[in-house]
Amino acid sequence: MMVTPVVLSFLFPLMGTLVLAFSSGRLGARGSSVIGVGSVGLAALATLWAVLSHTGDREIITLWTWISVGDFQPTIGLGVDGLALVMMAVITGVGFLIHLFAAWYMTGEAGITRFYAWMNLFVFSMMLLVLGDNLLLLFLGWEGVGLCSYGLIGYYYQGLDNARAAFKAFVVTRIGDVFLALGLFLVFMELGTLDIATVLTRAPEFWAEGSATANLAALLVLGGALGKSAQVPLHTWLPDAMAGPTPVSALIHAATMVTAGIYLIARLNGLFLLAPDVMLLVGVIGAISLLLAAFAALAQTDIKRVLAYSTMSQIGYMFLALGVGAFDAAIFHLVTHAFFKALLFLSAGAVIISCHHEQDMRKLGGLWRKLPVAYGGFIVGGAALVALPLVSAGFFSKDEILWQAMAADRNGLLIAGLLGAVLTGIYTVRLVLGTFHGEPGSDHARHPEPGTNLITHHLPLVVLAVLSTFIGAWLYPGLGGLFPDAPGEAVEGGHTLLQVLAIGAVVAGLALAGWLFLMRRPWLDDVASKGAGASLWKLWHHAWGFDALFDRVLVRPWQWSVRMLRFDFINLIMNLPALIARGFNAGLVRSQNGRTRSYAVVMVFGATVILLALALVPGGVA
Amino acid sequence: MNGIPMEHGLILASILFSLGLAGLMLRRSMLFVLMSLEVMLNSAALAFVVGATAWSQPDGQAMFLLVITLAAAEASVGLALMIQLYQRYRSLDLDAASRMRG
Repeated sequence: MMVTPVVLSFLFPLMGTLVLAFSSGRLGARGSSVIGVGSVGLAALATLWAVLSHTGDREIITLWTWISVGDFQPTIGLGVDGLALVMMAVITGVGFLIHLFAAWYMTGEAGITRFYAWMNLFVFSMMLLVLGDNLLLLFLGWEGVGLCSYGLIGYYYQGLDNARAAFKAFVVTRIGDVFLALGLFLVFMELGTLDIATVLTRAPEFWAEGSATANLAALLVLGGALGKSAQVPLHTWLPDAMAGPTPVSALIHAATMVTAGIYLIARLNGLFLLAPDVMLLVGVIGAISLLLAAFAALAQTDIKRVLAYSTMSQIGYMFLALGVGAFDAAIFHLVTHAFFKALLFLSAGAVIISCHHEQDMRKLGGLWRKLPVAYGGFIVGGAALVALPLVSAGFFSKDEILWQAMAADRNGLLIAGLLGAVLTGIYTVRLVLGTFHGEPGSDHARHPEPGTNLITHHLPLVVLAVLSTFIGAWLYPGLGGLFPDAPGEAVEGGHTLLQVLAIGAVVAGLALAGWLFLMRRPWLDDVASKGAGASLWKLWHHAWGFDALFDRVLVRPWQWSVRMLRFDFINLIMNLPALIARGFNAGLVRSQNGRTRSYAVVMVFGATVILLALALVPGGVA
Repeated sequence: MNGIPMEHGLILASILFSLGLAGLMLRRSMLFVLMSLEVMLNSAALAFVVGATAWSQPDGQAMFLLVITLAAAEASVGLALMIQLYQRYRSLDLDAASRMRG
């Protein structure tokens, strides 16, 4: 096994996990933080080295051969290409900044060692996911990140709600994973391999475009991506996943894990191009998710839930890009989104800790003077989220997505994207105004304790803020050569018109938000508190009632059938021998009373009975 | 041997045995339980002697010696147990040592 920078980049987090897991608390909070942050830092350096030494071609690093039976020689191998390196850079780079911030955020929490062990394991699994040259290895990483997500959502495991949220995330994503596993079975059965490069070359040879098998395979893989990336209808777990610590939300539920679905579809692009109907479905699901989530984000009061719905909405944009065949644009948005959403979540974390774990917008407010660093993070991150023209990273990536949608002549998707941009502006302004302006809603907000640590508090926020501006967009290398041509390549002109439309949508959103929240605030509160407005608020607050629907249609019938099975009559028959044995036991236990005299009496009685029997039965005495 | 018929001897032996058995079952003090056991052993030994005399067989006499030896061994074990019982419970009441129930 060769030790290359790529191998080092995922061995460091693995070693970090092992050291932390086997230290069993002997390292102390400080030691655990140093190891947890340090291992990801080293991984980031190794990734940097790998990026610099990359030649541009896809290279396969074979770690070892699993078994060797004749021609059947499955290997554990890593496939390194531009896409994998971009993902690795995001995972270790953003991951390192978030780990660093976590050292500030988690100060004084119980179980730091457990926290960093899970976080490092997550980074390791995510690296495995993007590096695996084989769908099976990818699936291993896929399940690994799901497990870490479960462990970290339920980090504060003493609260029943947190445990429930972790359980829900695990079960809902598992539904998607079952689809993905079935998809892999189908691919292996039809194409005879799970090696990604071979699958992509064989698929067009074996399947005709639009054939039923190709559609089914793409549909099953899409099911897995929907679960992981929290898209309709498998999206209900993401808002509840905010029960975990905020750095976890930043790393797993915004920057990296939830974008694994995007990576999967981009990686298997050849499979999806064979199924145009499924491609269209990908785009439509993206558009629906982005609109549903944007409306839901309008009516949240918890700042982390606003950010969770906005994550869902932004991932919807990425799905939309995938759906029109603009894979490069989807990955571009994935990268910029990782920067600005990590920034927003960490800034939210700074606000939450400074205000003693207060995360309800109604109880915050007026913080902008007292928490300037977090405020700056929110302004820069929010600008990137609403895609503020020219200065923000989000503008370039979102513009690319909308342009590709327009070039692909999918006007429905384009309109959804533009409407989403307006809504994004409104909920972002509402979030910033509600958290940092106006009157403080509670004592915690009146007397916040701002973070002062230069390295663990200021540094991650400032670096992410820089990356969230146009600088972050410049850093993206462009992966056009790796993917089939995007629709925009073939279309001449019209890009300027689209940019005007997109900027118009952003400005309209911001202006509408400014007018609503600054000038017409009392009128707005009045509308939202009664009649149709109140119903709409309630509907959006509960994110269109998906939770209640699933609860009625799936969860409760399931629980009912389980309860019915508990009183199964066959079970009663099976239990009969046990009942009889228990009855004998109860009788015999009573005879065992510990008194020597009564034992003597019973013995005498028994001896008498035997003697009488021997004497009375004819021929008994032989 | 003449004089005392065998029946008389056997009746005496069974009376002694019954007395011993009743004592064993009814007495609570371990001292009396052990004495009852001695009585029962001796009644059995008496039955051997009576039988041996009646049928002029020496085997019964030999059995008597065996029973005496057994009784001595039994008495030493029983007395050791009794000392232990007294040390643990400060009483000779057998019912006090009934913790091995259930």
